[in-house]
Amino acid sequence: MKINNLGYLMKEGIRGIFLHGFMSFAAVCVTVACLLIVGTFSSLMYNLNIIVEDLNKTNEIVVYVDETLSDAEARSIGTQLNRIENVHNCVFVSREEALENFVADYAERGTFNGVDASYLRHRFVVTLEDNHLMEDTTAAIRSVSGVADISAAYELAEGFSALQDILRLASIVIIVVLLVVSLLIISNTVKLAMYDRRDEIAVMKMVGATNSFIRLPFVVEGFVLGMLGAGLAFLLEWLMYDALSSRIAAIDTLKLFNFVPFREMVWPMVATFAAAGIFVGIVGSWTSIRKFMDV
Amino acid sequence: MIEFTNVVKSYSVGTHALRGVSMQIEDGEFAFLVGPSGSGKSTIIKLITGELKPTSGMVHVNGYSLERIRKREIPYLRRTVGVVFQDFRLIESKTVYENVAFVMRAIGAGTKEIRDRVPYILELVGLETKSRRHPTELSGGEQQRLAIARALVNNPSTIIADEPTGNLDPDRSLEIMSLLQEINNLGTTMLVVTHEKDLVERFSKRVIAINEGLVVHDGMDGYYRI
Ligand SMILES: Nc1ncnc2c1ncn2[C@@H]1O[C@H](COP(=O)(O)OP(=O)(O)OP(=O)(O)O)[C@@H](O)[C@H]1O
Ligand SMILES: [Mg+2]
Repeated sequence: MKINNLGYLMKEGIRGIFLHGFMSFAAVCVTVACLLIVGTFSSLMYNLNIIVEDLNKTNEIVVYVDETLSDAEARSIGTQLNRIENVHNCVFVSREEALENFVADYAERGTFNGVDASYLRHRFVVTLEDNHLMEDTTAAIRSVSGVADISAAYELAEGFSALQDILRLASIVIIVVLLVVSLLIISNTVKLAMYDRRDEIAVMKMVGATNSFIRLPFVVEGFVLGMLGAGLAFLLEWLMYDALSSRIAAIDTLKLFNFVPFREMVWPMVATFAAAGIFVGIVGSWTSIRKFMDV
Repeated sequence: MIEFTNVVKSYSVGTHALRGVSMQIEDGEFAFLVGPSGSGKSTIIKLITGELKPTSGMVHVNGYSLERIRKREIPYLRRTVGVVFQDFRLIESKTVYENVAFVMRAIGAGTKEIRDRVPYILELVGLETKSRRHPTELSGGEQQRLAIARALVNNPSTIIADEPTGNLDPDRSLEIMSLLQEINNLGTTMLVVTHEKDLVERFSKRVIAINEGLVVHDGMDGYYRI
């Protein structure tokens, strides 16, 4: 294809956008709105994943060893614990070390000052690979001989996993629905452009224009609309995210939510928005053209 | 070359638009296709341009076999056949110049090529002074000339004109026919569909007469009889 044809196709495509200024404007607005919501959900998911990962790291099970066992016997339980599926890591903490930790943690109040280490038990701090399986894993740990007791925060771990699952499902549903909405809107805009030019299309077909040549200006039109929507949505998302995360950080003095700065996820976000824009634009116009081209 | 061999075209069960048409039009020839309303003339045109497929028989046009042409070859067939429609099918939002340039664009012609050729073609059909007008600002005869210019501009080897003098007074009709003859003299095969007995007989060309889907007369005597 000659270069000046390419120029012509681009020009025709962009002419189409202005020919239906209002419809194009509406299509871009709807695309921006949809992609903003999509982007917000993606960034929320991104942050939630990080929070849950952090939680998983700190979400430890403490396994207390029967106090009648000797030090060496107690330590040897570690190998059995490590063999259990889903156990990621298992660290032995002797009763002396445990006491030291307590004394250090409660130094101000002096609660543990003068307490003898023999009041405490040897213990293992176990972290899991997948917190969903915590119940099964704790059962397996309990059945190891020499394990006296376990303290595990099922509820917290399960709560977060469940929240993550629900949010993941919700975002997928929302993202798919909104992408389809933008797709339909762009598709309709392009369809309108084609309907307006049906006489031209009929003449082009009669004089021997190839289908792809007839199609391309409309694909360009859809592509430009999609990219315009994606670009605007991206910038808005950036502004919104920064404003929102700094506002939350100001309120959240406990640092419960640590928002990742937008800059750190610029590239994944650019990729997401660009992919969504291209997808919505090209697929939207292509599908509307197909119905028109069968002459 | 256009060649029909025992062509049958039925639209649906019962309507036989063509019932076994055989004819052959050589390159560079000028032929009239005449016949009463409903006899099958437009059906023949649509078979030539690949808009329709024959129910049976063979249609050969400029090296393409229409009974088994592939969909993506049809554009290339159509570049060899310029059609002048009875209703012109001009694009009203475009000027005379743009209407012609547009069909060059449609098959991928470059800007320079278009700039060189469009004025030449407009001069050939006598519209050089009207290039900035829109179709609605032209007379019927001028619109017909524009339609001819558009059919001609991509240099097809064949031109088919469906009732090119349908809405014109006798003087304008004669002018259009003369223009078509001139184009034929430059080497383009010309097939002209018409009802007009007087006009046909004035030009003493080959006449193919069709009635009820059959060729009833085909001769060089220039007489219109059915
Ligand atoms: N799309 C169609 N579906 C069914 N029948 C059709 C269709 N097109 C044409 N016919 C029939 O086929 C026959 C030939 O039609 P055609 O249009 O070829 O006639 P024509 O010679 O061009 O007539 P006219 O001079 O009025 O234009 C007619 O009987 C017509 O009713
Ligand atoms: Mg007809």
